[in-house]
Amino acid sequence: MNKALRTLILVLLVMVVLLFIYLPVAWLVISSISTRAELLSTPIHWIPQQPTLQNYLNIFFPSRGVSEVARTFRITLWNSFVVASSVTAITLVVGSLAAYALIRLRLPFSQTLLIGIMGTRMIPEISLVIPLYIFASRFRLLNTPTILIVTYLSFALPFAIWLMAAFFDTIPIELEDAARVDGCNRLQTLVRIILPISAPGLVSTGLFVFLTAWDEFFFALIFTSTVAAKTVPVAIAEFTGRYVVDVGSMMTGGVLAAIPPVLFSLIFQRYIVSGLTAGAVKG
Amino acid sequence: MVRKLTLRQYDALIGFILILPSLIIILGISLQPILSTLYFSLFEASRGINASQTFIGLGNYVALLTDAVFWAAIGRTLYFTLVSVVLELVLGLAIAQLIHTRPPGWRFLRTSLIIPWAVPTIVNGTMWRWIYNADYGALNGLLSQLGLIDKYIPWLTKPELAMNLVILADIWHSVPFIALILQAALATLPADLEEAAAVDGANALQRFLLIRLPLLRPAILVALVIRTVEAFRVFDIIYVITNGGPAFSTVTISYLTYLETFSFGHIGRGSALSFLISLFTLVMAFVYIRILYRPEEKL
Repeated sequence: MNKALRTLILVLLVMVVLLFIYLPVAWLVISSISTRAELLSTPIHWIPQQPTLQNYLNIFFPSRGVSEVARTFRITLWNSFVVASSVTAITLVVGSLAAYALIRLRLPFSQTLLIGIMGTRMIPEISLVIPLYIFASRFRLLNTPTILIVTYLSFALPFAIWLMAAFFDTIPIELEDAARVDGCNRLQTLVRIILPISAPGLVSTGLFVFLTAWDEFFFALIFTSTVAAKTVPVAIAEFTGRYVVDVGSMMTGGVLAAIPPVLFSLIFQRYIVSGLTAGAVKG
Repeated sequence: MVRKLTLRQYDALIGFILILPSLIIILGISLQPILSTLYFSLFEASRGINASQTFIGLGNYVALLTDAVFWAAIGRTLYFTLVSVVLELVLGLAIAQLIHTRPPGWRFLRTSLIIPWAVPTIVNGTMWRWIYNADYGALNGLLSQLGLIDKYIPWLTKPELAMNLVILADIWHSVPFIALILQAALATLPADLEEAAAVDGANALQRFLLIRLPLLRPAILVALVIRTVEAFRVFDIIYVITNGGPAFSTVTISYLTYLETFSFGHIGRGSALSFLISLFTLVMAFVYIRILYRPEEKL
């Protein structure tokens, strides 16, 4: 085939994929800066004639006329942030200790344990939710960030252990032997030698856990109902349910909810690809 | 008298201490609950969580397996899983292949793939629901301006279309994930095999089918199993786009479980349903681990 023609076809294909990726996102953003009148016009206004940041102002500086979901959206952003960061911090500490023990210390049954741990990650949330709900209501934890942090560990922790184990496994054992010869004990070796080397693994694992927790919907839907603990996905779902179409606020909420994960993922791009190839899973 | 531990015993002791917090957490929030769910599934409890319960053994399971509603939900779930996973794999592979040929703009394309993958599922669903909107949606706007439709179509009110529209939204989110995995795998393949095959007269299609595809098999299998497990338990995106409607045409097995448990308060039956989902998932998880975890043979 003619080389120029081949390049032309490839470029066209690239453009088709790019359009498929960006058109929906562009429409999300455009809808968030359109006035209500323009959103509800036929034929459609692709480019808003009077772009406005009113929807964003409604969320960050709410006045009285604004719907409740928009008014409380800031708080749900904060809740999401608290829950996702706490889950990330806990899983990184607890999970990397366990992963190190499984990979390096001569624990009996460590392979079986590792496989069992990965197996628990695969349990769907819906199969855990009834007992966890009973537990939460007995200990008055419904509608608290605490119950979300605790229940999110059910998928985040096994996942973090698995990923960190994969990273620890790539560190040459000679490094540890050398540290021991120099007089480090196991814990000193872990803290001074292994953790600094596995920084990329920690970043990658932390990123995946944060994104998964930020994304989580089902537990948040079941366990939270007020702004005391409601997270962003629940707030966005409520825009569609409880209130008569407030498309502008809904799309603005969507943009705001998407910004942190998209930004993090783009900044830490290379960690994502390495994490994905290590068998990471965030749908 | 304190006996001095050998290094091996010392290691095992430290290891046990390090792993203990994780084990306690996993036992408490995963294993104990799944066993409770199994236990609840053996009871007739159809009036909420605190109501009285009667032991009925496998009664809930028998009732489910003889219920047309259950099989309809299974059918929809299988349809969703099969169609979305096959399309996602094919498109993902095609995009990975496209990136691998290094056309102009491939770096930008590879970076762009991260965006749909990172957008939260609920945002993705909300966005598509608005695109599909009957009166003001972008899909209707686009198609009518292109002259492809005469009047606006109420997409999400059509039972025969709704599931496919959910699948399209899922594709937007998941194809990039698969493409990213597969393009990373492609980048690690040795080039000399294919060059040798080309010298021996294999054409591009033969090289792709007989050399590249078999070498990609592990990566494809990983993507396949991850996506199958996720697709089988699909809930979030259905909740936002269709709410199970129209006419129950998007009630998948997870959605049915949600309705039984939280809308109708059928705790026993809901538990039985969710345990069946777990069972399927664990089978898939086993396959997944067998593929991924091979200590001797590193990929």
